[in-house]
Amino acid sequence: MRLDELYQEIILDHYKRPHGRGLREPYDAEAQHVNPTCGDEVTLRVRLVGDRIADVSYDAIGCSISQAAASVLHELLTDRTVAEALTVTQAFTELMTGRGAVQPDEDVLGDAVAFAGVARYPARVKCALLPWMALKDAVARSTATPADAPHAVLTSQAPRNEGGTHD
Amino acid sequence: MTGTTERLSPLSVPTGAFAGGDSAPAFDVAAIRADFPILGRDINGHRLVYLDSAATSQKPRQVLDALREHYEKHNANVSRSVHTLGTEATAAYEGARATVAAFVGASRAEELVFTKNSTEAINLVAHSFSAIADDPRFRLGPGDEIVISEMEHHSNIVPWQLLCQRTGATLRWFGITDTGRLDESNVDTLVNERTKLVSYVHVSNILGTLNPTKRIVERARQVGALVMLDASQSVPHRPVDVAELGVDFIAFTGHKMCGPTGIGALWGRYELLDAMPPFLGGGSMIETVLLTGSTYALPPMRFEAGTPPIAEAIGLGAAVEYLSAIGMDAIAAHEKQLTAYALDALSTVDCLRIIGPQVPVGRGGTISFTVGDIHPHDVGQVLDAEGVQVRVGHHCARPVCARFGVAATTRASFYLYNTTGEVDALVRGLHTVRKVFG
Repeated sequence: MRLDELYQEIILDHYKRPHGRGLREPYDAEAQHVNPTCGDEVTLRVRLVGDRIADVSYDAIGCSISQAAASVLHELLTDRTVAEALTVTQAFTELMTGRGAVQPDEDVLGDAVAFAGVARYPARVKCALLPWMALKDAVARSTATPADAPHAVLTSQAPRNEGGTHD
Repeated sequence: MTGTTERLSPLSVPTGAFAGGDSAPAFDVAAIRADFPILGRDINGHRLVYLDSAATSQKPRQVLDALREHYEKHNANVSRSVHTLGTEATAAYEGARATVAAFVGASRAEELVFTKNSTEAINLVAHSFSAIADDPRFRLGPGDEIVISEMEHHSNIVPWQLLCQRTGATLRWFGITDTGRLDESNVDTLVNERTKLVSYVHVSNILGTLNPTKRIVERARQVGALVMLDASQSVPHRPVDVAELGVDFIAFTGHKMCGPTGIGALWGRYELLDAMPPFLGGGSMIETVLLTGSTYALPPMRFEAGTPPIAEAIGLGAAVEYLSAIGMDAIAAHEKQLTAYALDALSTVDCLRIIGPQVPVGRGGTISFTVGDIHPHDVGQVLDAEGVQVRVGHHCARPVCARFGVAATTRASFYLYNTTGEVDALVRGLHTVRKVFG
């Protein structure tokens, strides 16, 4: 294994200098996702104006991969339509679950192509997906919420640990 | 930073596998390593450095051979056949029970119940308590108390929470001091006339702390409470004698002591086991079955419903013979040397904070730490790239992480086959971690 294949410069840059970090008002929906094995947590908010995502704000505790993934997500999806955002999310999910066999499309994924190497590390795929799954939930929540409802908050957990040791 | 008061003067530790000091028995780590085929493996272009024995230990050829020999020559179900294979398998299974029982100082083999693991052993004891138990020692209801500690693995927390939910009893716990020791200062109020059981960890799987037993056992005796130790991290690493400890139950697991997965043990004083109701119902655990009701076998069979993990028990017996031939005193001394060496070596890494006792006294060879604010996942990933296998996360002991204000830690844990050279590889890897994320 080559470490720099996983920890690409782009990923380390986003980790050390995250974009769009912090929870902001106003927002239309919020989702919190937790990875119970490693203690990673992300709280993510979306602000919609019409069918556009005006802002994605987030607060994340976690490893470099999950933090960088949140930063890249903010970069990619802010000011995109909901449909576009879901297309990008779908492409990113396919890249992450493709076990390294999926060729990423830089036109769609931008900086997120740097995560291609992560797909070869099954233990880290869920780190990269954590903020994206939160985004998907928040978007689903915000578009399903009647306009007069207060903030929709969805809390759920990332996929359960499948191979945790008990020691 | 907490817990610096225990730091001792610089330690004098020999490098390399030690060759017998004044007090240390001779210990040939190279010869031991040759027994473990997996240690010859390469990981990511580096020789495997396995520092995760607290999660599960590696297995020597002697144990693998015992499993193969059983399946190739003696395989049959136990305790139910008159044929030759059944007799041989039963003799081997019961022989393993006697071996494992003697290993922990049990007065008789029948005090040793085979379980799936420590978790099942603890759950078995937890299910002996109820509002309707015949024996008052196991009768539990509102007003009664179970005492654990803040240092427990989830397997010694959740079964007691569930028991308290079922019965209305109250769960209480010992705290942890800043230096990672069990806080026994309030033992006299915490363990009181309402206490039915004190169940706590002998050696912490995250802090490495070796917990004392004398004061707690004495206090429990005064108030008529039972005492259980989670010995998952002690029995594999040091001599454990249940008579000397004076406790009522211990739980431990085979796969952390060179044995197979799927086999663990509950040791209990026979008189107590005999007072306990069955846990799982089924074949092998009965005396007579009528459709109107059944009577149950004596311990240990009462608690071993269904076909047990036969080969695994025999494998665990082989593991105990392997460890005994080397000597638990020698293994403990070797691990103490490694731990002392590692505590010193780790102190050379910038921003490294040890979570737990910082002196190699009253602790085992499990060391948890954080490296600045670098996430343990990233630490573990970089170490893996250099062939070093460590555990990262909350180690199924989340309350401990909360106590020390960390979300997770990196944990290196040593066993009889580890060397100071491997500690050096860990430290080199940690310098790489600092370079990548610093």
